[in-house]
Amino acid sequence: MDELSRILGSVVANATPLVIASIGETITERVGVINLSLDGSITLAAMLSFVVAYSTGSAAAGLLAGMLAGMLIALLIVVASIELRQDQVAVGFVLTMLAADLAQFLGQNYTRRPGPTFPTVPVPLLAEVPFLGNFLFNHNILIYFSFLLLFATWYVMYRTRWGLALRAVGERPATAFARGTNVNRTRYLYAALGGALVGLAGASYSLAIKAGWANPPVMRGDGWIALAIVIFGGWHPVRVAFGAYLFAGLRILASTIQQTTDFPLVLVNAVPWVLMILTLLMVSSGAVDWLMRFTPRRLRWVVRLLALFGVRGQEETAASRTPGRLRRVLRNFLRSDPPGALGSTFSRE
Amino acid sequence: MTRESIPARRLIGIGVAVGSIAVALLLTALLIVAVNASPRDVFDKIWEGVGLAGGRLDMPRFSGVINFWIPLMLVCTGLLVTFTAGLWNIGVEGQMVMGAIFATWVAQEVSLPSVLLVPLEMAAAALGGALWGLLAGVLKTRGGVHEIFGGVALNNLANIFGIYLISGPWGNQGGQATPPFREEALLLPASSEFRVSLVALVMVGVAFVVVVMALRGTHWGLELKALGKSARSALLLGVPTQRNALLAMAICGLLAGIAGSIRVLFTYGNLRPLVSGGIGFLGVLVVLLTGTRALWAPIVAFFFAAIMVGSTRLNIALQLDQSLAGVVQGILVLVFILANGISARLRARRQAPAAEAASIPPKEAAHG
Repeated sequence: MDELSRILGSVVANATPLVIASIGETITERVGVINLSLDGSITLAAMLSFVVAYSTGSAAAGLLAGMLAGMLIALLIVVASIELRQDQVAVGFVLTMLAADLAQFLGQNYTRRPGPTFPTVPVPLLAEVPFLGNFLFNHNILIYFSFLLLFATWYVMYRTRWGLALRAVGERPATAFARGTNVNRTRYLYAALGGALVGLAGASYSLAIKAGWANPPVMRGDGWIALAIVIFGGWHPVRVAFGAYLFAGLRILASTIQQTTDFPLVLVNAVPWVLMILTLLMVSSGAVDWLMRFTPRRLRWVVRLLALFGVRGQEETAASRTPGRLRRVLRNFLRSDPPGALGSTFSRE
Repeated sequence: MTRESIPARRLIGIGVAVGSIAVALLLTALLIVAVNASPRDVFDKIWEGVGLAGGRLDMPRFSGVINFWIPLMLVCTGLLVTFTAGLWNIGVEGQMVMGAIFATWVAQEVSLPSVLLVPLEMAAAALGGALWGLLAGVLKTRGGVHEIFGGVALNNLANIFGIYLISGPWGNQGGQATPPFREEALLLPASSEFRVSLVALVMVGVAFVVVVMALRGTHWGLELKALGKSARSALLLGVPTQRNALLAMAICGLLAGIAGSIRVLFTYGNLRPLVSGGIGFLGVLVVLLTGTRALWAPIVAFFFAAIMVGSTRLNIALQLDQSLAGVVQGILVLVFILANGISARLRARRQAPAAEAASIPPKEAAHG
């Protein structure tokens, strides 16, 4: 039991950058902007936070530098999209390549050095609770922040007027505009916030979870995984966070299996990418219908069961067969369509 | 409504390009200063690495640029097809690796005279790349997985598979690489001075000309263009969108696979980890920069190849990380995209008052 609690604790810790980055991206995409630069942004933010923390001796200063870097990259994408009418995906792709190379180049004199980190701060009393203590309350403050972030994002997005405006801008910008929302200003605001969170995720690697800076960077690839988790999570912060924890958990499981058996390590490295393809297949609405067509009638319940975990078919999902309130709740939970205006620009004419 | 003449527009285009290069170089110089190095030294070393130092051409070094340009150009040619079809084939990197793996398999397992073996290796590479490209395509058309995500995952899987083969079944050099291939399995250089494979060079030329002509002059090229502009409209117009998307992915994969085979059969002479050397991603940048102006691709690709090859000297001579090459290229493409946006916006602003004046109906104008 104690062992399990510790393992779960390490899953929570390892998932934290993914949780923060994918919630940041969820906010960005919910307002209609695709920030494809995550992989590069996270790497650059991790490098800058480490270098600033190392030079000033303050982890907090490093954190701010990382957030600033993430925010600037996100703003660059929004400016290119809103003001200059350039493709968000193109700009984001260039930025992901550029930021990663920039991190490697500018960080070349700072590799493999010990620097300031965020220490573990057990929550008084709660850390002593059996099981839950090590699981949730014996971490550094970035991890506590990710819990808070998850709750706050959900609350603001679904329970406040601001959240309504945010979602409206991403779904139907013209309608939001007619109702008095300044579409472009809202996009600037939330894309900057989302970008800052992506930067924070980068900082949480180099200042806490995988402390330090190395060449090649240890977090390369995680940005793409965070982007995939947003899709897997159906652009809903709670499901996105669930996806991030699930992902980190499976990754730790794979490396534990590798340590106890002679399963080749290189194949363990393949696990995240296989998972990425499988999860994206699962949430795409076409996949479940396609799967149903090729599944023998007697085995179709398996597909339906899978559907409960986030697959949404066009007709035969579990949700459409469940009556009443439960059905509504399920349908909400299974929602996996992108925001209506994702990646588009809005102009008044 | 006043329209700019074509020469004026071309002049603006050149201005944007030159301005972007200048801004990109300036930004890069600032970054070099930031790591306490001298931009002047860096420039000299890159120039030297390309083989152009001291006013005379250092042929073996210059050959290095061409050897990098050949696979890059094959990748760019393939990407022109997917780009026209509106597909973000980021998986091109993995398609190269798969090509390299398939070529290695033939090189290790088959013994034939060179005239037969090398074409067989390349055919296998083309098949491997095409299959990997097709897989990303099927994931998109059948599975609803966007090609960017399918591509990223398949890139990593191809690289991991390569590393697995090298460290396990195929490797005996401490997991660093496969044993060197036999002489008859390799592509050979033209001469000891001009160390470039003529076979590969000819293949690049043929592939580029065929693809550009097919895209510009055939009905199929038109269909791809329609698909790229709007998949939905293309479908409504009767274009077989899924089949064309898959075909585009397969063709790009095929060319990338051949590019991968050139890396193992010529550049290295064996299979190594990360055998693609980032050429696939670089190809995406080149195609982003040139867009559909295909004839610029060879020139831009050559320029990028020179930066890439030249900066390998930085590590040895100045202890600078060679990621500088990626930084220069990335900044250049970014600045160019932004500059195009700025120029279009300025043009729109300048034309707006004129357009307004022109759009007043003649009747009202007569009244005034």
